[in-house]
Amino acid sequence: MSNQDTSAETPAEEGQDVQEVVIDPNAITINLNGRDVPARKGELIIAAADRAGDFIPRFCYHPRMKAVGMCRQCMVEVEGPRGPMMVVSCMTPVAEGQVVRTETEQVKRAQEGILELLLANHPLDCPVCDKGGECPLQDQAFSHGPGESRYVEEKRHYEKPIAISDLVYLDRERCILCDRCTRFASDVAGDPLISFTHRGNNTQVLTFPDEPFASYFSGNTVQICPVGALTAKPYRFKARPWDLEETESTCTTCAVGCRVSVQSSRDSLVRLQGVDVPGDPDRESVNWGWLCDRGRFNFESVNNADRLSNPMVKTDGKLTATSWSQALETAARTIRLAISSRGADSVGIIGGARLANEDVRAWAMLADALGITRRDAQLDDGLPAEIFSLPQASVNDAASATTVVLLGPDLKEELPVLHLRLRDAATKRGVRIVEFASKATGLTRHAWKSVPYEPGNQVAAVRAAVADPEISAQFAKGNVVVVLGRANLAESSDFTLQAFNALADAIPALRVLPVLRRGNVRGALEQGLAPQSDGDTRDILEAAADGHIECLVLLGADPISDVPDVDLARRALANARNIIALDTFPSASSVLADVLLPVAAFAERTGSVTNIEGSISCLSQRVTARGTSRPDWMVAVELAERLGHDLGVDSLTGLAAQSVENGTRTTLSTSGVTAPDRNSYALRLVVSRKMYDKAVGTVTSPSLVGLAPSAAIHLNPRDIEAIGTSAGREVRVSTSRTSIVLPVRADPGVLKGTAWVPFNLPGADVRELLGADQPVTDVRVENLS
Amino acid sequence: MTGSYTHAAGFYAGDRPKIVTSRFEYADSFTLERYLATDGYKGLRAALGRPANDVHEEVKNATVLGRGGAGFPAGTKWGLMPPGNFPRYLVVNGDESEPGTYKDRLLMERDPHQLIEGCLIACYAAGLSRCFLYIRGEMALAQERVAAALNEAYAAGYVGRNILGSSFSVDIVLHWGAGAYVVGEETALIESLEGNRGMPRLKPPYFPAAIGLYGQPTIVNNVETLANLPWITRNGAEAYTAIGTKTSPGTRMVAVSGHVNRPGVYEIINGVTTFRDLFYGEEFCQGIRNGNKLKAFVPGGGSAPWFLPDQLDLPFEASQVGPAGSMLGSGAIMVMDETTDIPYAALTLTRFYAHESCGKCTPCREGGTWLERILTRIVEGNGTDADLEQLVEVGTSICPGDFPHASSERLGLSAVPFPYKMTTICFVGPSAYAPVNSALTLFPEEFAARVTKRNRIPVTAVGGE
Amino acid sequence: MSRLNDANVAIAQEIISRYPRPKSALIPILHLSQEQNGYVTEDAMKHIAELVGVTPAEVLGTASFYEMFKFEPVGKYVINICGTMSCALLGADELLHKAEHKLGIKAGGTTADGMFTIEHAECQAACTEAPCLQVNYRYRFRMTPAQLDALIDDLAAGKLAEEIPPHGTLARVRQHIPADKSVGALPPEAPNQEPTWMNGKAAL
Ligand SMILES: Cc1cc2nc3c(=O)[nH]c(=O)nc-3n(C[C@H](O)[C@H](O)[C@H](O)COP(=O)(O)O)c2cc1C
Ligand code: SF4
Ligand code: FES
Repeated sequence: MSNQDTSAETPAEEGQDVQEVVIDPNAITINLNGRDVPARKGELIIAAADRAGDFIPRFCYHPRMKAVGMCRQCMVEVEGPRGPMMVVSCMTPVAEGQVVRTETEQVKRAQEGILELLLANHPLDCPVCDKGGECPLQDQAFSHGPGESRYVEEKRHYEKPIAISDLVYLDRERCILCDRCTRFASDVAGDPLISFTHRGNNTQVLTFPDEPFASYFSGNTVQICPVGALTAKPYRFKARPWDLEETESTCTTCAVGCRVSVQSSRDSLVRLQGVDVPGDPDRESVNWGWLCDRGRFNFESVNNADRLSNPMVKTDGKLTATSWSQALETAARTIRLAISSRGADSVGIIGGARLANEDVRAWAMLADALGITRRDAQLDDGLPAEIFSLPQASVNDAASATTVVLLGPDLKEELPVLHLRLRDAATKRGVRIVEFASKATGLTRHAWKSVPYEPGNQVAAVRAAVADPEISAQFAKGNVVVVLGRANLAESSDFTLQAFNALADAIPALRVLPVLRRGNVRGALEQGLAPQSDGDTRDILEAAADGHIECLVLLGADPISDVPDVDLARRALANARNIIALDTFPSASSVLADVLLPVAAFAERTGSVTNIEGSISCLSQRVTARGTSRPDWMVAVELAERLGHDLGVDSLTGLAAQSVENGTRTTLSTSGVTAPDRNSYALRLVVSRKMYDKAVGTVTSPSLVGLAPSAAIHLNPRDIEAIGTSAGREVRVSTSRTSIVLPVRADPGVLKGTAWVPFNLPGADVRELLGADQPVTDVRVENLS
Repeated sequence: MTGSYTHAAGFYAGDRPKIVTSRFEYADSFTLERYLATDGYKGLRAALGRPANDVHEEVKNATVLGRGGAGFPAGTKWGLMPPGNFPRYLVVNGDESEPGTYKDRLLMERDPHQLIEGCLIACYAAGLSRCFLYIRGEMALAQERVAAALNEAYAAGYVGRNILGSSFSVDIVLHWGAGAYVVGEETALIESLEGNRGMPRLKPPYFPAAIGLYGQPTIVNNVETLANLPWITRNGAEAYTAIGTKTSPGTRMVAVSGHVNRPGVYEIINGVTTFRDLFYGEEFCQGIRNGNKLKAFVPGGGSAPWFLPDQLDLPFEASQVGPAGSMLGSGAIMVMDETTDIPYAALTLTRFYAHESCGKCTPCREGGTWLERILTRIVEGNGTDADLEQLVEVGTSICPGDFPHASSERLGLSAVPFPYKMTTICFVGPSAYAPVNSALTLFPEEFAARVTKRNRIPVTAVGGE
Repeated sequence: MSRLNDANVAIAQEIISRYPRPKSALIPILHLSQEQNGYVTEDAMKHIAELVGVTPAEVLGTASFYEMFKFEPVGKYVINICGTMSCALLGADELLHKAEHKLGIKAGGTTADGMFTIEHAECQAACTEAPCLQVNYRYRFRMTPAQLDALIDDLAAGKLAEEIPPHGTLARVRQHIPADKSVGALPPEAPNQEPTWMNGKAAL
């Protein structure tokens, strides 16, 4: 709530004298171990002590979750009316002038007592425990413990580690019942699939039999477990803390920009952990320390043996390894020839979202030098870069807004940690969510209003909503943030732009949090790889398909796997005269290249990336690059040299990302497409992503590859009845152009009259049905005869 | 007597003034017919004939001390609810399971309508718009009798919409538990009623009167507390305070069990009757069995510090029993004669609390079982002096004594001060140590003997799992 | 068959309707399922999760906290012998050993014929009638080993079938709230209204 109030005040504060000293009404002072330290009204003693640098031992307390006062370890002495009282500092709020002592004999005795009791049933298998060496219980037993245990009784025994999901193991003998994992699962992730069971001395954490802890966020429970009770399959027995090396970096799996600690052992990545800096708004990480499992575990892909490690050039029809100089020479020649024969317009550059800002800058400089205007960092699956010139909102702005309007993808599937932040805002901070969606999303059940629309009808839906007195009254309260992204790959993005304009008309001073999902897509678009004029990826591919492209450069892009209109992508790559691809893995597209250059992957190079909210954070190198791989910027610089241009840079320093000024637009330009009426193709198609799909990072990570569901068509139960099929049966799904066969899933979250087919899953490829020129995609669903 | 229900098991009337047990002698005391024939629902009528606030005042003036253990005056508790926040709920605590406690079950089995009428008066007076009557899971008969009574009362228009044609409407919902002592603790009771594991909530800040069931203001009252209300609205606060003492007016039900000649439940005059009256009086327990000597007694439920015979003359008055170092709790008195094996007696209580720990707080979850293990070992005759020290060490981790230990002159062991300081959320933790503390400090020699002389009693007589 | 049968689903729905939040009905409905099957089955817990709108893990979490819920079959007659202080002082141990001897099982065990389960129980709120025990939560007071012996024989011979239903059945009288009398369970977040009778006037 408090964030809400303050943010509600901001308009009033405008025009205030900047010099004026603002006295924080929430600032108070407590006396901690004899010194006066600052604290904030309503915060807990333990939090204030943390900031003051006096560590109070604790196990159940976690700054990002509601305190439960369960382990009783954090007891301190507070001066009360009737003398000193023992209180648990994770449950007791500070008060002006409060006298707190954390080191008296009383406190020491109490803390030692609790620790002895916690250790009573804890197996002493630290030497073989993943947590050994970085274990809060082990550490605090040394720092605050009684020394040796006098517990001579038989300890509790349970079956040694049981797999509670595909990624997480549980060892109940080590568990100290701090309620962290269970609290995280129910309160933060909203997946109460693990719970305390039984009672008293037999209390234990369990899943329901045969109902695994299948949460997108399960890895966080491993990170916050204060002992080695929860361990992650990808990390078990991989390394010991003392031979871990770590650096702070940014996760590039999606565009949220989660701060991570990248950890390696013997020059190979072994673990990623979320980084949090609570209580310091300036240094606070956007992810609050949380990560999604995909981001946490797909570092395995970097270690994958199938990585490209040497440059390759196509000689009589097949790619063969060669030297960098050979490869670069060939690439340079290809580009020179293209330009000299058919001009710079015959060269197209697709991709850039996988690159760091510095790579993007280098490639943009090269393109400028050569006069190449055909470039696009997106793959015809996002929204125009224009959305960055709307008034921007940060993730914190959204999480503390009065109203958040969702006009985009299912965040739980595409930007998972943003989903957590907004879920927290809606469930704990009274932020009201107004959602526009053509199928239920992870936030639907937390939305104050969820407005369903059929693909193509979002404009009408928005107009109706803003006309609703209750909703417009809510918008009138001000401080509205619109989360704007691409919800459906089977419809024209123009509908979303029109819908946004309709919102902008109705809501003055709204701000926008753009949610394009690919790693550094915002950086790529802002640092120089946005389409110039109108040469976006679709235009480039169409030109290529029509034989107008002499040289197609793929910067970590795989059009054949990612462009919705797969047929267009195939024709384009087939008809492009030459292809130069920079990639980390051989992909459906890069194997077609004439020159294939291996580049450094995540944690193999330094640089910076820009997240959804436009803030720039660092990428750090933790391990040496695979084989002869180089960072993408180096390739650009060397090609430039060979093409007779000096970009004037020989290191990253010359490539620092350029700052972008905040947007001034209020509406977006649209082409005003409209949705045609239904014909015999009765179901309107929604195509969007699941968290686990055939993405390179996922399929090349052994722990994740099995988690992608297989392709299916999700239908509303009423439609399933109407069609006369049933869940699990296969149906033929056809458009005017072709048809595919998919199994049926029943899904009440899908609107009647629509069909949802998740994108890029193992099985029949829904993209066969999509046409880039179709405003919407209507399908016919029939039983197989 | 072998236990058939109809038998007046446990209750002994006598010719003392009766407030809550007046109908117990009738075989059909639980029927609406009998209830109406004996002033039934007149208290409700009287109440509805006055503004709700007057009724609240009346109850306040009567100072009905809570009978669930804490002894907090009901009328005052109702006044703690934040104004203007509705709905407010009434949760009736019928989870009676404190060792030695036996009264609420009788009140529910024998006079369910009296309880229902009490609930209605409370709801009317305090503006509570829904009542949940939580009965302990193991009490099948009480559940049947209350269910039947509620069905009768609904049919006759005493409960539900526009009661007796008035503007007062309230539902009473029968709810029942499933076996967990700690659920008797009021915040755990609320958790349980919400369908959760019955673990106590932290308080403060969650005093149920402010934030209770579903986060709304909630009054939790004990069955006996509420059973007093019909009499009070019928006869007035003055008549009530005329009985007993100023600080402990009215009567209260006590259960005397253990080594007495006539163990039973008695409705006694509050604040006046002494333990001596109770144990030796003709109309009460008629002396210690086989003319044995009294060794010690537990004055107020399993967690209360024990008393020695020299405290026999204390009256049933909190303001005197408290300073004497114990509490009256839920009116549960357990008597031990000279033949009692003290360490074993302590074990039977510690085992109870260890078994009933909800598992939330480390000290209670781990410490309770640890105490039980050590004590069992000692009772079985396999204990060592180190075990005695360890009992105190573990105890001190649950309810810290003055530091360094105020060592008892009778043995180098500490006496944990009462009321207990605690490192736990609720009293179950300290309660696991309470009996050990009493036994150790009052009868150190019995432990000393037990840890030196091995196998003094046969293991089979221990009865632990 | 171990999901709730239709009759019980109907009862469950009625119970749920009495609470401002469905989850509150969890324990009563768990009893209902135990009455139907003699113990709480996994299918029942899944079914109940659907009925009250929580996950099966949450149902298990709550159910396993309470001792009366059994997760595998127990005897037709569960004999709970109280072992807390008052009963212990007056011979609870002898009773337990008698039962263990006669039935040839240890506390916590069930006889091969599935007739009897013995449990060491904690205080049953009948301390003045010590030593006492319960058979399927029906009391027996001031028991002697001889009386226990006879009791077990009677139970085995079906003599007490009238008084003591098979394990799982608790109260045989259910509360019924007539629709025309019911005030109904408003959700706590319903508009904050002071009860009508709090208007400073007498209700009658
Ligand atoms: C561990 C524990 C167990 C309790 N058990 C009961 C109980 O079985 N019945 C009861 O009425 N109160 C019990 N209480 C007291 C309740 O918390 C609460 O104070 C009481 O029900 C309030 O009602 P009253 O004010 O009418 O006494 C227990 C308290 C604790 C700490
Ligand atoms: S003291 Fe014991 S019973 Fe009470 S809350 Fe803590 S763990 Fe639960
Ligand atoms: S950290 Fe405070 S009780 Fe666990």
